[in-house]
Amino acid sequence: MAGALWVVGEATSEGLARVSTEVATLARGLGEASKRDVVGVVAAADPSTAAEELARYIPRVLAIAAPEAADRSAAPAIAGRLAALVEREAPGHLLIGATPDGRDLTGFLSALLGWGVLVNAGSVEWTDGRPAVEQSVFGGKLLTTSTFTDDHGIITVRPNSTTAEPASSPGKVEPVDVAPSVELPAVTLVEHVDESSGTVPIEEARVIVAGGRGVGGPDGFSVVEELAAALGGSVGATRAAVDAGWIPFAQQIGQTGKIVKPDLYLALGISGAIQHKVGMQTAGTIVAVNRDPDAPIGEFADLFVVGDLFEIAPAIAAELRSRSG
Amino acid sequence: MRIVVLTKPVPDPAAGQERLTAEGRVDRAGSPAVVNGNDEYALEAALKLVEASPDGGEVTLLAMAPSNAPETLRKALAMGAHRGVLVTDPALEGSDTLSTARVLAAALREMEYDLVLAGADTSDGGGGVVAAGIAAILGLPYLSYAARIEPAEGRVRVRRLSATGFDVIEAPMPALVVATQGARSKEITTRALSDLDVDGATPGGAAATAKVTGSRKPEQRGATKVVRVPAPEAAKAVVDFLAQRRII
Ligand SMILES: Cc1cc2nc3c(=O)[nH]c(=O)nc-3n(C[C@H](O)[C@H](O)[C@H](O)COP(=O)(O)OP(=O)(O)OC[C@H]3O[C@@H](n4cnc5c(N)ncnc54)[C@H](O)[C@@H]3O)c2cc1C
Ligand SMILES: Cc1cc2nc3c(=O)[nH]c(=O)nc-3n(C[C@H](O)[C@H](O)[C@H](O)COP(=O)(O)OP(=O)(O)OC[C@H]3O[C@@H](n4cnc5c(N)ncnc54)[C@H](O)[C@@H]3O)c2cc1C
Repeated sequence: MAGALWVVGEATSEGLARVSTEVATLARGLGEASKRDVVGVVAAADPSTAAEELARYIPRVLAIAAPEAADRSAAPAIAGRLAALVEREAPGHLLIGATPDGRDLTGFLSALLGWGVLVNAGSVEWTDGRPAVEQSVFGGKLLTTSTFTDDHGIITVRPNSTTAEPASSPGKVEPVDVAPSVELPAVTLVEHVDESSGTVPIEEARVIVAGGRGVGGPDGFSVVEELAAALGGSVGATRAAVDAGWIPFAQQIGQTGKIVKPDLYLALGISGAIQHKVGMQTAGTIVAVNRDPDAPIGEFADLFVVGDLFEIAPAIAAELRSRSG
Repeated sequence: MRIVVLTKPVPDPAAGQERLTAEGRVDRAGSPAVVNGNDEYALEAALKLVEASPDGGEVTLLAMAPSNAPETLRKALAMGAHRGVLVTDPALEGSDTLSTARVLAAALREMEYDLVLAGADTSDGGGGVVAAGIAAILGLPYLSYAARIEPAEGRVRVRRLSATGFDVIEAPMPALVVATQGARSKEITTRALSDLDVDGATPGGAAATAKVTGSRKPEQRGATKVVRVPAPEAAKAVVDFLAQRRII
């Protein structure tokens, strides 16, 4: 199995993180181009659900039971076992979703294995016997292509950069037993709190209506919600709105929040700062409503409506309702 | 409470002049430098913790950066940090995330602290992986994406933001905490690479584990259509536009 491409799947309380299905799809393509084996690996207190899900995308998935992860912070709890398995099975490259947990795990594995990292891949191709990783840098101003200088490396993959597609036939899950190569200090999980709103998570939404500081307060978000409902979409926000406590962090889009790629991104009272732009600039269509004709978002929106969001957003919702009869 | 804050000087994203050199490194001569935005949040959190600590404390900045970095770090000192340590050496130019973690870990080995605070990621490299690497190398408990940091009786408890809410996690100090938003609420010593106990072959561009092989400009979006009419007509224009693009 030397030189194999490994997809490190991220287990969540629901099963498998969506980004892992994207990474698996990307790796399958690379496997064909490089003629290397593609193998999934999931380490968790109970890896079975996530491993089964990952096996819908790749032929072989290794499932590591890490009982200590049940009441500990995930990445430090599983890194030692993953590092030991990598040392034993000697894959060529690891591909990991660039989520908070994925980045933590990458930092640990890089240090434990002494492997280099190429971060935030938007796409990966196989060129001259190595992965060629394309990264969007400086807030999307430039796309660079990089490669490793030796035969190993870890690639973190940006969420929402590949469309996940299950394989034509499902793969097999193999439980594996491996002792940690090192024990990283335990970090106790005291409490897990869920604040998700019940609507489609913004990373998966086809339509997002997002509100910024311009909505003026928590009450202003009802305008955003009304338009989102009329469009059948989810509600997103800028950091300014989250920091003000108007809406939970789970809805934040941007450098410190989520990377989204909806068909429609409709921005209300958002200036379009670079740290926000990096989270939404690949949306299919961008519509912005802003009363400042010089707001930076006007430079990259497809349609820019200059005016007061409190008049325009309800008017759009009313127009949509009247057309749907 | 003794806190070390990892602060990286980066090209100012607001100036918008970031460029790469022919070798694929940041053209630092071409753009004004600032302290990485997320590291300023970490610094703010550190200053608050020291302020709230009954026996006071000290905040030290630690950076690995070119020799002109003191200029940039002065602003962070002005925010209230007590001192700064700059690891600088021409051999460090072109370091990757792994060697950055190794060098910063080596510098931390020579310092005394209860907490090390880092930012969630940088606005230039943006890997978000250096802090975990340091924790693994030093065997420090690692608590990331911390929106609230509460030290008590030799332990530190944080609220770690998650995709759906948050986790409350806890570990003994000394520990490494990656601060993130919500964490809100003067002298620089220079160390050369040879002053530190780090494998000289490890850092720098010569030993980099990855290299840039090309770059291109992204495809531009089409021209922006601007609408500036009273609300009812503006709403019609928006809905027509969405219908035309087959979104509704
Ligand atoms: C390290 C770092 C990380 C960051 N990460 C993120 C991130 O992940 N996500 C993020 O979003 N930001 C992030 N930021 C913050 C970012 O720089 C901006 O400050 C933020 O995006 C601004 O949010 P805003 O557009 O809601 O607010 P503002 O910039 O204040 O814009 C408000 C806009 O609303 C308009 N407006 C006001 N009233 C009305 C009205 N009645 N009708 C119409 N328009 C109106 C104004 O003209 C203005 O353009 C980060 C910053 C740093 C330093
Ligand atoms: C456009 C671009 C792309 C790059 N891509 C890669 C890549 O794919 N792989 C790679 O190995 N390197 C890459 N680099 C190099 C990388 O930026 C440097 O290795 C850097 O020193 C650390 O990585 P980071 O900026 O990603 O830090 P992150 O991992 O994002 O940093 C997290 C935190 O660690 C602390 N920290 C990080 N660096 C320092 C420092 N020098 N001094 C003090 N504190 C610090 C800060 O608190 C920071 O907020 C890239 C650089 C650029 C400019």
